[in-house]
Amino acid sequence: MRVQVRNALIIPALAALMLAGCSAVPLRGTGDLGLVIEREAGKVQVVDTSARKSLGEVAGLGDLSHASIVYSRDARYAFVFGRDGGLSKVDLLTGSLVKRVMQAGNSIGGAISQDGRLVVAQNYEPGGVKAFDAETLELMADIPASYGTEGKRSRVVGLADLPGRRFAYALFDAGEIWVADLSDPKKPLVTKYPNIGKEPYDGLVTPDGRHYLAGLFGEDGVALLDLWHPEQGARKILEGYGKGQEKLPVYKMPHLRGWSVAGRHAYLPAVGRHEVLVVDTETWKETGRIPVKGQPVFVMARPDGRQVWINFAFPDNGWVQVLDTATGKLVQTLEPGQGVMHMEFTPRGESVWVSSRNTNRVIVYDTETFREQAVLPVPAPSGIFFTHRAARIGF
Amino acid sequence: MAWAMDGVRERELVRLVREDCGSCHGLTLKGGLGPPLLPETLQDKPEQYVVLTILHGHPGTPMPPWSPFMNETEAAWIASRLKAGFPDR
Ligand code: HEC
Repeated sequence: MRVQVRNALIIPALAALMLAGCSAVPLRGTGDLGLVIEREAGKVQVVDTSARKSLGEVAGLGDLSHASIVYSRDARYAFVFGRDGGLSKVDLLTGSLVKRVMQAGNSIGGAISQDGRLVVAQNYEPGGVKAFDAETLELMADIPASYGTEGKRSRVVGLADLPGRRFAYALFDAGEIWVADLSDPKKPLVTKYPNIGKEPYDGLVTPDGRHYLAGLFGEDGVALLDLWHPEQGARKILEGYGKGQEKLPVYKMPHLRGWSVAGRHAYLPAVGRHEVLVVDTETWKETGRIPVKGQPVFVMARPDGRQVWINFAFPDNGWVQVLDTATGKLVQTLEPGQGVMHMEFTPRGESVWVSSRNTNRVIVYDTETFREQAVLPVPAPSGIFFTHRAARIGF
Repeated sequence: MAWAMDGVRERELVRLVREDCGSCHGLTLKGGLGPPLLPETLQDKPEQYVVLTILHGHPGTPMPPWSPFMNETEAAWIASRLKAGFPDR
Protein backbone atom coordinates (compact mmCIF):
# COMPACT_ATOMS: atom_id res chain seq x y z
CA MET A 1 0.00 0.00 0.00
CA ARG A 2 2.58 2.50 1.13
CA VAL A 3 4.81 1.71 -1.81
CA GLN A 4 1.97 2.33 -4.21
CA VAL A 5 1.19 5.69 -2.70
CA ARG A 6 4.80 6.73 -2.91
CA ASN A 7 5.01 5.66 -6.55
CA ALA A 8 1.89 7.54 -7.34
CA LEU A 9 3.55 10.67 -6.03
CA ILE A 10 6.89 10.12 -7.64
CA ILE A 11 5.66 9.38 -11.12
CA PRO A 12 3.72 12.62 -11.77
CA ALA A 13 6.59 14.61 -10.26
CA LEU A 14 9.05 12.88 -12.58
CA ALA A 15 6.77 13.31 -15.53
CA ALA A 16 6.43 17.00 -14.81
CA LEU A 17 10.20 17.34 -14.52
CA MET A 18 10.75 15.53 -17.77
CA LEU A 19 8.13 17.62 -19.51
CA ALA A 20 9.57 20.84 -18.14
CA GLY A 21 13.05 19.60 -19.06
CA CYS A 22 12.39 18.94 -22.72
CA SER A 23 9.66 21.61 -22.89
CA ALA A 24 7.75 19.50 -25.42
CA VAL A 25 4.57 19.82 -23.40
CA PRO A 26 4.74 22.65 -20.89
CA LEU A 27 2.68 22.26 -17.75
CA ARG A 28 -0.61 24.02 -18.43
CA GLY A 29 -4.37 23.98 -17.94
CA THR A 30 -6.90 23.15 -20.64
CA GLY A 31 -9.44 25.94 -20.03
CA ASP A 32 -8.43 27.85 -23.15
CA LEU A 33 -7.99 24.81 -25.40
CA GLY A 34 -10.27 23.24 -27.95
CA LEU A 35 -10.44 21.08 -31.04
CA VAL A 36 -11.23 21.89 -34.66
CA ILE A 37 -12.39 19.04 -36.86
CA GLU A 38 -10.77 18.52 -40.26
CA ARG A 39 -13.63 16.51 -41.67
CA GLU A 40 -12.00 15.18 -44.80
CA ALA A 41 -8.67 14.23 -43.28
CA GLY A 42 -10.14 12.44 -40.26
CA LYS A 43 -8.06 14.65 -37.98
CA VAL A 44 -8.58 17.21 -35.25
CA GLN A 45 -6.39 20.23 -34.55
CA VAL A 46 -5.72 21.16 -30.95
CA VAL A 47 -6.11 24.94 -30.67
CA ASP A 48 -5.25 27.51 -28.03
CA THR A 49 -7.83 30.31 -27.80
CA SER A 50 -5.54 32.64 -25.83
CA ALA A 51 -2.68 32.49 -28.32
CA ARG A 52 -5.19 32.01 -31.18
CA LYS A 53 -3.10 29.32 -32.79
CA SER A 54 -2.96 25.64 -33.48
CA LEU A 55 -0.83 23.49 -31.18
CA GLY A 56 -0.83 20.39 -33.34
CA GLU A 57 -3.05 17.72 -34.76
CA VAL A 58 -4.32 14.27 -33.89
CA ALA A 59 -4.94 11.86 -36.78
CA GLY A 60 -6.60 8.52 -37.33
CA LEU A 61 -10.13 9.39 -36.21
CA GLY A 62 -11.97 7.96 -39.25
CA ASP A 63 -14.87 9.58 -41.10
CA LEU A 64 -15.49 12.90 -39.40
CA SER A 65 -18.34 14.22 -41.53
CA HIS A 66 -20.93 15.43 -39.04
CA ALA A 67 -18.56 14.69 -36.16
CA SER A 68 -19.19 16.13 -32.73
CA ILE A 69 -17.29 16.28 -29.46
CA VAL A 70 -17.96 16.25 -25.71
CA TYR A 71 -15.38 16.75 -22.96
CA SER A 72 -14.45 14.88 -19.80
CA ARG A 73 -15.28 16.83 -16.66
CA ASP A 74 -11.61 17.66 -16.07
CA ALA A 75 -11.61 19.12 -19.61
CA ARG A 76 -8.51 17.18 -20.52
CA TYR A 77 -10.03 14.51 -22.73
CA ALA A 78 -12.27 14.90 -25.76
CA PHE A 79 -14.66 12.21 -26.92
CA VAL A 80 -15.01 12.48 -30.69
CA PHE A 81 -18.04 10.85 -32.31
CA GLY A 82 -17.45 10.09 -36.00
CA ARG A 83 -20.03 9.42 -38.67
CA ASP A 84 -18.61 5.94 -39.24
CA GLY A 85 -19.49 4.90 -35.68
CA GLY A 86 -16.00 5.49 -34.33
CA LEU A 87 -15.72 6.83 -30.78
CA SER A 88 -12.26 8.27 -30.08
CA LYS A 89 -10.80 9.58 -26.85
CA VAL A 90 -8.24 12.33 -27.42
CA ASP A 91 -5.87 13.78 -24.82
CA LEU A 92 -5.60 17.54 -25.37
CA LEU A 93 -2.49 17.92 -23.24
CA THR A 94 -0.36 15.35 -25.00
CA GLY A 95 -2.14 15.76 -28.34
CA SER A 96 -2.65 12.05 -28.72
CA LEU A 97 -5.30 9.45 -29.40
CA VAL A 98 -5.81 7.52 -26.15
CA LYS A 99 -8.34 5.00 -27.30
CA ARG A 100 -10.73 4.32 -30.13
CA VAL A 101 -13.65 1.90 -30.53
CA MET A 102 -16.02 1.25 -33.42
CA GLN A 103 -19.42 1.23 -31.82
CA ALA A 104 -21.94 1.48 -34.69
CA GLY A 105 -22.27 1.59 -38.47
CA ASN A 106 -23.53 5.15 -38.68
CA SER A 107 -23.45 7.59 -35.81
CA ILE A 108 -24.60 11.14 -35.31
CA GLY A 109 -23.08 12.39 -32.05
CA GLY A 110 -23.07 11.93 -28.32
CA ALA A 111 -23.22 13.26 -24.79
CA ILE A 112 -21.54 12.78 -21.42
CA SER A 113 -23.25 12.18 -18.07
CA GLN A 114 -23.44 14.83 -15.35
CA ASP A 115 -20.93 12.88 -13.24
CA GLY A 116 -18.63 12.38 -16.23
CA ARG A 117 -18.63 8.59 -15.88
CA LEU A 118 -20.63 7.63 -18.94
CA VAL A 119 -20.20 8.67 -22.56
CA VAL A 120 -23.27 7.99 -24.68
CA ALA A 121 -23.44 7.77 -28.48
CA GLN A 122 -26.58 8.22 -30.57
CA ASN A 123 -26.76 6.11 -33.68
CA TYR A 124 -28.62 5.94 -36.98
CA GLU A 125 -27.44 2.43 -37.77
CA PRO A 126 -28.20 0.32 -35.82
CA GLY A 127 -30.73 2.83 -34.46
CA GLY A 128 -30.33 3.38 -30.73
CA VAL A 129 -27.98 4.67 -28.06
CA LYS A 130 -24.96 3.04 -26.42
CA ALA A 131 -23.26 4.00 -23.19
CA PHE A 132 -19.52 3.62 -22.55
CA ASP A 133 -17.29 3.90 -19.52
CA ALA A 134 -15.59 7.28 -19.94
CA GLU A 135 -12.35 5.87 -18.57
CA THR A 136 -12.01 2.71 -20.65
CA LEU A 137 -14.62 3.10 -23.43
CA GLU A 138 -15.95 -0.29 -22.41
CA LEU A 139 -19.59 -0.84 -23.44
CA MET A 140 -21.88 -0.37 -20.43
CA ALA A 141 -25.37 -0.27 -21.94
CA ASP A 142 -27.03 -0.77 -25.32
CA ILE A 143 -30.56 0.54 -25.80
CA PRO A 144 -32.03 -0.21 -29.23
CA ALA A 145 -34.56 2.38 -30.43
CA SER A 146 -37.16 -0.25 -31.30
CA TYR A 147 -40.64 0.96 -32.01
CA GLY A 148 -43.97 -0.28 -33.38
CA THR A 149 -44.94 -3.92 -33.52
CA GLU A 150 -42.53 -5.15 -36.21
CA GLY A 151 -39.32 -4.56 -34.28
CA LYS A 152 -38.20 -1.67 -36.51
CA ARG A 153 -35.42 0.53 -35.20
CA SER A 154 -35.48 4.28 -35.45
CA ARG A 155 -32.62 6.65 -36.11
CA VAL A 156 -31.83 8.56 -32.93
CA VAL A 157 -31.33 12.34 -32.85
CA GLY A 158 -31.09 15.14 -30.30
CA LEU A 159 -29.28 13.28 -27.51
CA ALA A 160 -28.83 15.51 -24.45
CA ASP A 161 -27.44 14.91 -20.96
CA LEU A 162 -29.85 15.59 -18.09
CA PRO A 163 -29.12 15.98 -14.39
CA GLY A 164 -28.90 12.65 -12.58
CA ARG A 165 -27.21 10.39 -15.13
CA ARG A 166 -30.17 10.62 -17.42
CA PHE A 167 -30.28 11.29 -21.14
CA ALA A 168 -33.06 12.52 -23.38
CA TYR A 169 -33.25 11.84 -27.10
CA ALA A 170 -35.72 11.66 -29.95
CA LEU A 171 -36.61 8.97 -32.46
CA PHE A 172 -36.73 10.47 -35.97
CA ASP A 173 -38.67 7.62 -37.54
CA ALA A 174 -41.01 6.92 -34.62
CA GLY A 175 -41.85 10.47 -33.50
CA GLU A 176 -41.06 9.73 -29.85
CA ILE A 177 -38.95 11.21 -27.06
CA TRP A 178 -37.19 8.77 -24.74
CA VAL A 179 -35.58 9.52 -21.40
CA ALA A 180 -33.06 6.90 -20.28
CA ASP A 181 -31.97 6.73 -16.65
CA LEU A 182 -28.54 5.11 -16.52
CA SER A 183 -27.99 5.34 -12.75
CA ASP A 184 -27.39 1.61 -13.02
CA PRO A 185 -26.15 1.13 -16.58
CA LYS A 186 -26.84 -2.60 -16.35
CA LYS A 187 -30.52 -1.85 -15.83
CA PRO A 188 -31.39 1.21 -17.89
CA LEU A 189 -34.82 2.64 -17.09
CA VAL A 190 -36.39 4.09 -20.21
CA THR A 191 -39.45 6.34 -20.14
CA LYS A 192 -41.06 6.80 -23.54
CA TYR A 193 -43.14 9.74 -24.72
CA PRO A 194 -44.93 8.69 -27.92
CA ASN A 195 -46.72 10.85 -30.50
CA ILE A 196 -44.64 13.96 -29.93
CA GLY A 197 -44.92 15.02 -33.58
CA LYS A 198 -43.60 14.06 -37.01
CA GLU A 199 -39.89 13.52 -37.61
CA PRO A 200 -37.98 15.14 -34.75
CA TYR A 201 -34.65 16.16 -36.34
CA ASP A 202 -32.64 17.39 -33.31
CA GLY A 203 -33.10 18.28 -29.67
CA LEU A 204 -31.79 20.38 -26.82
CA VAL A 205 -31.96 20.65 -23.07
CA THR A 206 -32.17 24.15 -21.57
CA PRO A 207 -29.06 25.22 -19.61
CA ASP A 208 -30.88 24.63 -16.29
CA GLY A 209 -31.55 21.03 -17.28
CA ARG A 210 -35.29 21.42 -16.91
CA HIS A 211 -36.81 21.46 -20.41
CA TYR A 212 -36.12 19.17 -23.34
CA LEU A 213 -37.09 20.42 -26.79
CA ALA A 214 -37.23 18.37 -29.99
CA GLY A 215 -37.51 20.30 -33.25
CA LEU A 216 -39.83 18.73 -35.80
CA PHE A 217 -39.09 18.38 -39.49
CA GLY A 218 -42.32 16.70 -40.62
CA GLU A 219 -44.55 19.48 -39.27
CA ASP A 220 -44.25 23.06 -38.07
CA GLY A 221 -43.67 22.94 -34.34
CA VAL A 222 -41.41 21.89 -31.49
CA ALA A 223 -42.08 19.18 -28.89
CA LEU A 224 -41.49 20.26 -25.29
CA LEU A 225 -41.01 18.08 -22.24
CA ASP A 226 -40.85 19.62 -18.75
CA LEU A 227 -38.50 17.28 -16.89
CA TRP A 228 -39.65 18.67 -13.55
CA HIS A 229 -43.15 17.52 -14.48
CA PRO A 230 -42.64 14.48 -16.65
CA GLU A 231 -46.09 13.17 -15.67
CA GLN A 232 -47.58 15.93 -17.83
CA GLY A 233 -45.99 14.38 -20.92
CA ALA A 234 -44.70 16.19 -23.98
CA ARG A 235 -46.63 19.01 -25.58
CA LYS A 236 -46.25 20.98 -28.77
CA ILE A 237 -45.16 24.59 -28.91
CA LEU A 238 -44.82 26.96 -31.89
CA GLU A 239 -47.47 24.88 -33.60
CA GLY A 240 -48.11 25.92 -37.18
CA TYR A 241 -45.35 28.56 -37.18
CA GLY A 242 -45.26 28.31 -40.97
CA LYS A 243 -48.83 29.63 -41.02
CA GLY A 244 -49.88 27.15 -43.66
CA GLN A 245 -47.28 28.32 -46.18
CA GLU A 246 -45.39 25.64 -48.07
CA LYS A 247 -41.93 25.36 -46.54
CA LEU A 248 -38.89 25.84 -48.77
CA PRO A 249 -36.80 22.80 -49.62
CA VAL A 250 -34.23 22.21 -46.88
CA TYR A 251 -30.66 21.67 -48.10
CA LYS A 252 -29.18 21.12 -44.65
CA MET A 253 -30.81 20.12 -41.38
CA PRO A 254 -30.68 22.77 -38.66
CA HIS A 255 -29.07 22.03 -35.29
CA LEU A 256 -30.28 22.56 -31.74
CA ARG A 257 -28.28 22.64 -28.50
CA GLY A 258 -28.22 24.41 -25.17
CA TRP A 259 -26.63 27.46 -26.80
CA SER A 260 -30.01 28.33 -28.33
CA VAL A 261 -31.04 29.88 -25.02
CA ALA A 262 -30.08 33.50 -24.25
CA GLY A 263 -31.39 34.77 -20.95
CA ARG A 264 -35.13 34.24 -20.83
CA HIS A 265 -35.53 33.51 -24.54
CA ALA A 266 -34.76 30.62 -26.85
CA TYR A 267 -33.73 31.41 -30.44
CA LEU A 268 -34.71 28.57 -32.74
CA PRO A 269 -34.19 27.96 -36.46
CA ALA A 270 -37.44 27.90 -38.45
CA VAL A 271 -37.29 24.81 -40.67
CA GLY A 272 -37.64 25.67 -44.37
CA ARG A 273 -37.94 29.40 -43.71
CA HIS A 274 -35.54 32.32 -43.66
CA GLU A 275 -36.40 33.07 -40.05
CA VAL A 276 -35.27 32.70 -36.46
CA LEU A 277 -38.11 32.11 -34.00
CA VAL A 278 -37.97 33.71 -30.56
CA VAL A 279 -39.67 31.88 -27.71
CA ASP A 280 -40.19 32.98 -24.11
CA THR A 281 -38.93 30.10 -21.94
CA GLU A 282 -41.32 31.05 -19.08
CA THR A 283 -44.49 30.80 -21.14
CA TRP A 284 -43.15 28.86 -24.16
CA LYS A 285 -45.01 31.24 -26.45
CA GLU A 286 -43.55 32.81 -29.58
CA THR A 287 -42.60 36.41 -28.86
CA GLY A 288 -41.11 37.29 -32.22
CA ARG A 289 -39.44 36.15 -35.38
CA ILE A 290 -36.47 37.63 -37.14
CA PRO A 291 -36.08 37.52 -40.94
CA VAL A 292 -32.54 36.44 -41.85
CA LYS A 293 -30.46 35.80 -44.98
CA GLY A 294 -31.16 32.12 -45.41
CA GLN A 295 -32.34 29.00 -43.61
CA PRO A 296 -30.60 29.00 -40.22
CA VAL A 297 -28.45 25.98 -39.31
CA PHE A 298 -26.76 27.07 -36.06
CA VAL A 299 -28.41 29.77 -33.96
CA MET A 300 -25.96 30.30 -31.11
CA ALA A 301 -26.11 32.67 -28.17
CA ARG A 302 -22.94 34.34 -26.96
CA PRO A 303 -22.31 33.15 -23.38
CA ASP A 304 -23.64 36.45 -21.94
CA GLY A 305 -26.78 36.16 -24.08
CA ARG A 306 -26.46 39.65 -25.56
CA GLN A 307 -25.82 38.41 -29.11
CA VAL A 308 -27.01 35.51 -31.21
CA TRP A 309 -24.89 34.39 -34.17
CA ILE A 310 -26.51 32.59 -37.10
CA ASN A 311 -25.16 30.63 -40.05
CA PHE A 312 -27.12 29.20 -42.96
CA ALA A 313 -27.83 26.17 -45.13
CA PHE A 314 -26.69 25.77 -48.75
CA PRO A 315 -26.79 27.93 -50.88
CA ASP A 316 -26.47 30.73 -48.30
CA ASN A 317 -23.64 29.11 -46.37
CA GLY A 318 -21.15 31.89 -47.02
CA TRP A 319 -22.86 34.28 -44.58
CA VAL A 320 -23.01 34.81 -40.85
CA GLN A 321 -25.43 37.23 -39.22
CA VAL A 322 -25.43 38.68 -35.72
CA LEU A 323 -28.55 39.56 -33.77
CA ASP A 324 -28.60 41.97 -30.85
CA THR A 325 -30.95 40.36 -28.35
CA ALA A 326 -31.67 43.65 -26.56
CA THR A 327 -33.20 45.25 -29.65
CA GLY A 328 -34.14 42.15 -31.61
CA LYS A 329 -32.33 43.61 -34.64
CA LEU A 330 -29.58 42.24 -36.85
CA VAL A 331 -26.47 44.30 -36.23
CA GLN A 332 -23.92 42.65 -38.50
CA THR A 333 -23.61 40.53 -41.62
CA LEU A 334 -20.25 38.87 -42.21
CA GLU A 335 -18.80 36.91 -45.12
CA PRO A 336 -16.19 34.63 -43.59
CA GLY A 337 -15.89 32.57 -46.82
CA GLN A 338 -17.95 29.89 -48.55
CA GLY A 339 -19.12 26.87 -46.60
CA VAL A 340 -19.43 28.27 -43.07
CA MET A 341 -19.88 25.09 -41.06
CA HIS A 342 -19.76 26.02 -37.40
CA MET A 343 -19.11 28.73 -34.82
CA GLU A 344 -17.80 28.51 -31.27
CA PHE A 345 -17.46 31.22 -28.64
CA THR A 346 -14.49 31.48 -26.33
CA PRO A 347 -15.52 30.68 -22.74
CA ARG A 348 -16.71 34.20 -21.92
CA GLY A 349 -17.56 35.19 -25.46
CA GLU A 350 -15.13 38.01 -26.32
CA SER A 351 -14.24 36.11 -29.49
CA VAL A 352 -15.94 33.68 -31.79
CA TRP A 353 -14.22 31.14 -34.03
CA VAL A 354 -15.89 30.47 -37.40
CA SER A 355 -14.99 27.64 -39.80
CA SER A 356 -15.16 28.13 -43.56
CA ARG A 357 -14.87 24.75 -45.21
CA ASN A 358 -14.39 25.87 -48.81
CA THR A 359 -11.69 28.44 -48.07
CA ASN A 360 -9.83 26.12 -45.66
CA ARG A 361 -9.75 28.70 -42.90
CA VAL A 362 -10.91 29.29 -39.36
CA ILE A 363 -11.52 32.98 -38.71
CA VAL A 364 -11.49 34.46 -35.21
CA TYR A 365 -13.70 37.54 -34.73
CA ASP A 366 -13.91 40.05 -31.92
CA THR A 367 -17.60 39.87 -30.99
CA GLU A 368 -17.80 43.57 -30.07
CA THR A 369 -16.04 45.18 -33.04
CA PHE A 370 -16.51 42.26 -35.53
CA ARG A 371 -12.86 42.71 -36.53
CA GLU A 372 -10.83 39.68 -37.55
CA GLN A 373 -8.40 38.81 -34.79
CA ALA A 374 -6.74 35.85 -36.44
CA VAL A 375 -7.02 33.46 -39.35
CA LEU A 376 -5.90 29.86 -39.00
CA PRO A 377 -5.27 27.66 -42.03
CA VAL A 378 -7.17 24.39 -41.52
CA PRO A 379 -7.99 22.01 -44.41
CA ALA A 380 -11.81 21.68 -44.75
CA PRO A 381 -12.63 22.65 -41.17
CA SER A 382 -16.06 21.79 -39.77
CA GLY A 383 -16.97 21.60 -36.06
CA ILE A 384 -15.16 23.72 -33.45
CA PHE A 385 -15.43 22.62 -29.82
CA PHE A 386 -13.88 24.39 -26.82
CA THR A 387 -13.33 22.81 -23.43
CA HIS A 388 -15.77 25.06 -21.56
CA ARG A 389 -18.41 22.62 -22.82
CA ALA A 390 -17.12 20.25 -20.13
CA ALA A 391 -18.83 22.27 -17.42
CA ARG A 392 -22.18 22.89 -19.08
CA ILE A 393 -25.41 20.89 -19.14
CA GLY A 394 -26.54 20.17 -22.67
CA PHE A 395 -23.24 20.77 -24.42
CA MET B 1 -26.43 11.75 -74.00
CA ALA B 2 -23.74 14.29 -74.78
CA TRP B 3 -21.62 15.58 -71.90
CA ALA B 4 -21.65 19.33 -72.38
CA MET B 5 -19.52 19.87 -69.30
CA ASP B 6 -15.99 20.92 -68.61
CA GLY B 7 -13.54 19.72 -65.99
CA VAL B 8 -14.10 22.74 -63.78
CA ARG B 9 -17.83 22.10 -63.52
CA GLU B 10 -17.17 18.39 -62.93
CA ARG B 11 -14.96 19.21 -59.99
CA GLU B 12 -17.60 21.58 -58.66
CA LEU B 13 -20.20 18.84 -58.86
CA VAL B 14 -17.95 16.32 -57.14
CA ARG B 15 -17.48 18.79 -54.33
CA LEU B 16 -21.21 19.54 -54.19
CA VAL B 17 -22.05 15.85 -53.90
CA ARG B 18 -19.38 15.07 -51.32
CA GLU B 19 -20.12 18.09 -49.19
CA ASP B 20 -23.68 19.26 -49.70
CA CYS B 21 -25.30 15.91 -50.47
CA GLY B 22 -22.88 14.56 -47.89
CA SER B 23 -24.51 16.56 -45.10
CA CYS B 24 -27.42 14.09 -45.32
CA HIS B 25 -25.93 11.11 -47.16
CA GLY B 26 -22.49 11.23 -45.49
CA LEU B 27 -19.20 12.49 -46.91
CA THR B 28 -18.39 8.92 -47.91
CA LEU B 29 -21.98 8.52 -49.18
CA LYS B 30 -22.52 5.57 -46.84
CA GLY B 31 -25.72 7.14 -45.57
CA GLY B 32 -26.95 9.35 -42.77
CA LEU B 33 -30.38 10.87 -42.58
CA GLY B 34 -30.59 9.95 -46.27
CA PRO B 35 -29.87 6.41 -47.52
CA PRO B 36 -26.43 5.33 -48.80
CA LEU B 37 -25.65 6.40 -52.39
CA LEU B 38 -23.27 3.57 -53.23
CA PRO B 39 -23.09 1.43 -56.38
CA GLU B 40 -24.39 -1.61 -54.45
CA THR B 41 -27.40 0.24 -53.01
CA LEU B 42 -28.26 1.95 -56.29
CA GLN B 43 -27.67 -0.98 -58.64
CA ASP B 44 -31.33 -2.07 -58.75
CA LYS B 45 -32.55 1.49 -59.27
CA PRO B 46 -32.92 2.81 -62.82
CA GLU B 47 -30.59 5.66 -63.69
CA GLN B 48 -33.59 7.78 -64.69
CA TYR B 49 -35.07 7.34 -61.18
CA VAL B 50 -31.83 8.65 -59.68
CA VAL B 51 -31.79 11.60 -62.10
CA LEU B 52 -35.41 12.53 -61.31
CA THR B 53 -34.80 12.11 -57.58
CA ILE B 54 -31.87 14.52 -57.76
CA LEU B 55 -33.72 17.10 -59.86
CA HIS B 56 -37.08 17.02 -58.10
CA GLY B 57 -36.37 15.51 -54.68
CA HIS B 58 -38.87 13.30 -52.85
CA PRO B 59 -41.68 15.56 -51.65
CA GLY B 60 -42.78 14.78 -48.11
CA THR B 61 -39.25 13.63 -47.14
CA PRO B 62 -36.11 15.67 -46.39
CA MET B 63 -34.73 14.92 -49.91
CA PRO B 64 -34.79 18.36 -51.58
CA PRO B 65 -34.96 19.17 -55.32
CA TRP B 66 -31.63 20.23 -56.84
CA SER B 67 -32.99 21.57 -60.15
CA PRO B 68 -32.37 25.19 -59.03
CA PHE B 69 -28.64 24.39 -58.90
CA MET B 70 -28.02 22.05 -61.84
CA ASN B 71 -29.44 21.06 -65.20
CA GLU B 72 -30.49 17.62 -66.40
CA THR B 73 -27.14 16.85 -68.02
CA GLU B 74 -25.37 17.54 -64.75
CA ALA B 75 -27.85 15.46 -62.73
CA ALA B 76 -27.37 12.61 -65.20
CA TRP B 77 -23.60 12.90 -64.84
CA ILE B 78 -23.95 12.66 -61.04
CA ALA B 79 -26.35 9.71 -61.32
CA SER B 80 -24.01 7.73 -63.59
CA ARG B 81 -21.02 8.48 -61.36
CA LEU B 82 -22.95 7.45 -58.25
CA LYS B 83 -23.86 4.15 -59.86
CA ALA B 84 -20.26 3.56 -60.94
CA GLY B 85 -18.63 4.62 -57.66
CA PHE B 86 -18.28 8.31 -56.97
CA PRO B 87 -14.87 10.00 -57.43
CA ASP B 88 -13.17 11.41 -54.32
CA ARG B 89 -12.29 14.72 -55.90
C1 HEC C 1 -31.44 17.56 -46.36
C2 HEC C 1 -31.03 16.19 -46.52
C3 HEC C 1 -30.63 15.69 -47.91
C4 HEC C 1 -29.76 16.27 -48.80
C5 HEC C 1 -28.95 17.55 -48.62
C6 HEC C 1 -29.71 15.39 -49.94
N1 HEC C 1 -30.51 14.30 -49.74
FE1 HEC C 1 -30.84 12.78 -51.06
N2 HEC C 1 -32.17 11.93 -49.77
C7 HEC C 1 -32.47 12.40 -48.51
C8 HEC C 1 -33.44 11.54 -47.90
C9 HEC C 1 -34.03 11.68 -46.50
C10 HEC C 1 -33.74 10.54 -48.85
C11 HEC C 1 -34.74 9.40 -48.69
C12 HEC C 1 -36.03 9.91 -49.31
C13 HEC C 1 -37.19 8.92 -49.19
O1 HEC C 1 -37.38 8.39 -48.09
O2 HEC C 1 -37.86 8.71 -50.21
C14 HEC C 1 -32.91 10.82 -50.00
C15 HEC C 1 -32.90 10.03 -51.16
C16 HEC C 1 -32.01 10.20 -52.21
C17 HEC C 1 -31.91 9.31 -53.33
C18 HEC C 1 -32.71 8.04 -53.56
C19 HEC C 1 -31.92 6.89 -53.00
C20 HEC C 1 -32.62 5.57 -53.08
O3 HEC C 1 -31.95 4.59 -52.72
O4 HEC C 1 -33.79 5.50 -53.46
C21 HEC C 1 -30.91 9.80 -54.13
C22 HEC C 1 -30.40 9.20 -55.44
C23 HEC C 1 -30.42 11.00 -53.52
N3 HEC C 1 -31.11 11.21 -52.35
C24 HEC C 1 -29.40 11.78 -54.03
C25 HEC C 1 -29.00 12.98 -53.47
C26 HEC C 1 -28.02 13.84 -54.08
C27 HEC C 1 -27.24 13.52 -55.37
C28 HEC C 1 -27.91 14.95 -53.28
C29 HEC C 1 -27.06 16.19 -53.49
C30 HEC C 1 -27.11 16.80 -54.82
C31 HEC C 1 -28.80 14.74 -52.15
N4 HEC C 1 -29.45 13.55 -52.32
C32 HEC C 1 -28.93 15.62 -51.06
C33 HEC C 1 -31.94 13.54 -47.91
C34 HEC C 1 -31.10 14.45 -48.52
